Amino acid sequence: MSIDEILNRRRLIATAAAVAVVPGWASAESGKSLTLLNVSYDPTRELYKDVNAAFAAYWKSRTGQTLTLNQSHGGSGKQARAVIDGLEADVVTLALAYDIDEIATRAKLLPANWQSRLRNNSAPYTSTIVFLVRKGNPKGIRDWGDLVKPGVQVITPNPKTSGGARWNYLAAYAWALKQPGGTPAKAEAYLSALFKNVPVLDTGARGSTTTFAERGLGDVLLAWENEAYLSLEEFGPKFDIVYPSLSILAEPTAALVDKNVQRHGTRVVATGYLNFLYSPLAQDLIGKHHFRPRDPKALAKYGAKFRKLPMVTIDGEFGGWRKAQAAHFADGGVFDRIYRR
Amino acid sequence: MWLGLVVVLPLTALVLRPWEVGLSGIWSTLTEDRVLAALRLSFGVSLLAALTNIPLGLMTAWTLTRYEFPGRRVIDALVDLPFALPTAVAGIALTAIYGPTGVLGEPLAKLGIKAAYNPIGIYIALLFIGLPFVVRTVQPVLQDLDREVEEAAQTLGATNLQRFRLVVLPAVLPALVSGFSLAFARAVGEYGSVIFIAGNMPLKSEIAPLLIVIKLEQYDYAGAATVGLAMLLISFGALLAVNGLQLVLARRGRA
Repeated sequence: MSIDEILNRRRLIATAAAVAVVPGWASAESGKSLTLLNVSYDPTRELYKDVNAAFAAYWKSRTGQTLTLNQSHGGSGKQARAVIDGLEADVVTLALAYDIDEIATRAKLLPANWQSRLRNNSAPYTSTIVFLVRKGNPKGIRDWGDLVKPGVQVITPNPKTSGGARWNYLAAYAWALKQPGGTPAKAEAYLSALFKNVPVLDTGARGSTTTFAERGLGDVLLAWENEAYLSLEEFGPKFDIVYPSLSILAEPTAALVDKNVQRHGTRVVATGYLNFLYSPLAQDLIGKHHFRPRDPKALAKYGAKFRKLPMVTIDGEFGGWRKAQAAHFADGGVFDRIYRR
Repeated sequence: MWLGLVVVLPLTALVLRPWEVGLSGIWSTLTEDRVLAALRLSFGVSLLAALTNIPLGLMTAWTLTRYEFPGRRVIDALVDLPFALPTAVAGIALTAIYGPTGVLGEPLAKLGIKAAYNPIGIYIALLFIGLPFVVRTVQPVLQDLDREVEEAAQTLGATNLQRFRLVVLPAVLPALVSGFSLAFARAVGEYGSVIFIAGNMPLKSEIAPLLIVIKLEQYDYAGAATVGLAMLLISFGALLAVNGLQLVLARRGRA
């Protein structure tokens, strides 16, 4: 633990003690500074930087408290493990519900029914998986079927370590299953062919974006829609976005970490933060950063860039994350099998 | 006492953890195709890289101690760079150079050699991080080596090769061996620089330390500890063998 963290903890403990003595959180705490840690996944850096600034201003105007918002980013699974191993997150905003489930079951830091505590399955925004291809789409990649053609190189991270890669993989599987005469065996064969075209398995989504955009490797990158738009912003006219005929509805989820906020005395402000994510202001920022907002107004404002396309869901198509994880990504699952062929 | 706290305590945790899943659990982890392939790759490529670093390191150390040339001090300092550089930076730099669009990667690709995203990439990274270990262990010995002995050998009519084989080599051999074992040990445990250039394909270019991280990410703590323990035992055995070899060399040197 660093000095800063120790000091932080001391302050938090002192704060908690003050709250315990004086009833009425806001009145006791007004004028003092508070710290909140949001542990999130890889591509939300830019989004939460903006959201945090907006929330700190909002909180200051409402309660007079000065808020320090810290953010931590990394692969979703790695972040969940850090929280399980003791990273003192007040809130977690991760790429998939499964990772928060793991925090609930393994470390018991929040109740098992956490996902029903916030609106929209605790997902303040959605996203989906799209293709990023080189300018002019020289290999003519239009849909999932084109990814297994000989000579096409596909860039996607390792689904064992990356949340985004699991969405990629499951979207591909769902497409194969829905083809005429599609069966699980055929879908598995399709994935096997697809991963034969994958020359590099990075451990996270950002790593794959770097491999594709900066190393110049591959013809198509399977990417979060928001990452794809971010790449267009950063690298300009070098790439095109291709929407496949079918994709998957990704619902990155947010949750309060009960045991930690209790210890820190931050329950009120952390709950306020999570609710703020659904506010028109935050929803607008969400749309600006290329995530699909829930709020109809924000969706209408940014809707033009979010193409409507048929999407399967984890619960509808795969019976929930727990089942999908066990069948596909656990040791000895489908993903291990396609590498043994 | 400090050795106990710093070294033995974490190792004890590593030794105790796998037993949670019982002997059968350990066995099934160790016999997974992916685990076996990763262990074979990690130790195989590390050995190859450390062996290559013996002549490369000796030549570098020799040049640095025996020749006076402009920029010698700069090069001397450069040798330490792989020590100081964060390994991730080394990995990214090597990938940029040897990748298919890199300065060296592109001409190599034209010759039909893929230098990144396969075991060759791993070998290049391990060569890079291991070299200073050999140079830095051999260099002081070469510096202390009495030039008069060599000159005496020369006046007695020894050829250059004989001088090297009979005078220099026996003197630096123990240092070479310990440099080799340091480079090997470091290579086996290396993570940061390798994962960027390896490609990380299961069964092909997935190193054992990455597999440990992958297992952790799947919340398989016992499985991760099992692979870690296996690496520990193999490394320990290898280092023990090297130490034995050194003992033999030292005895022969005295006789």
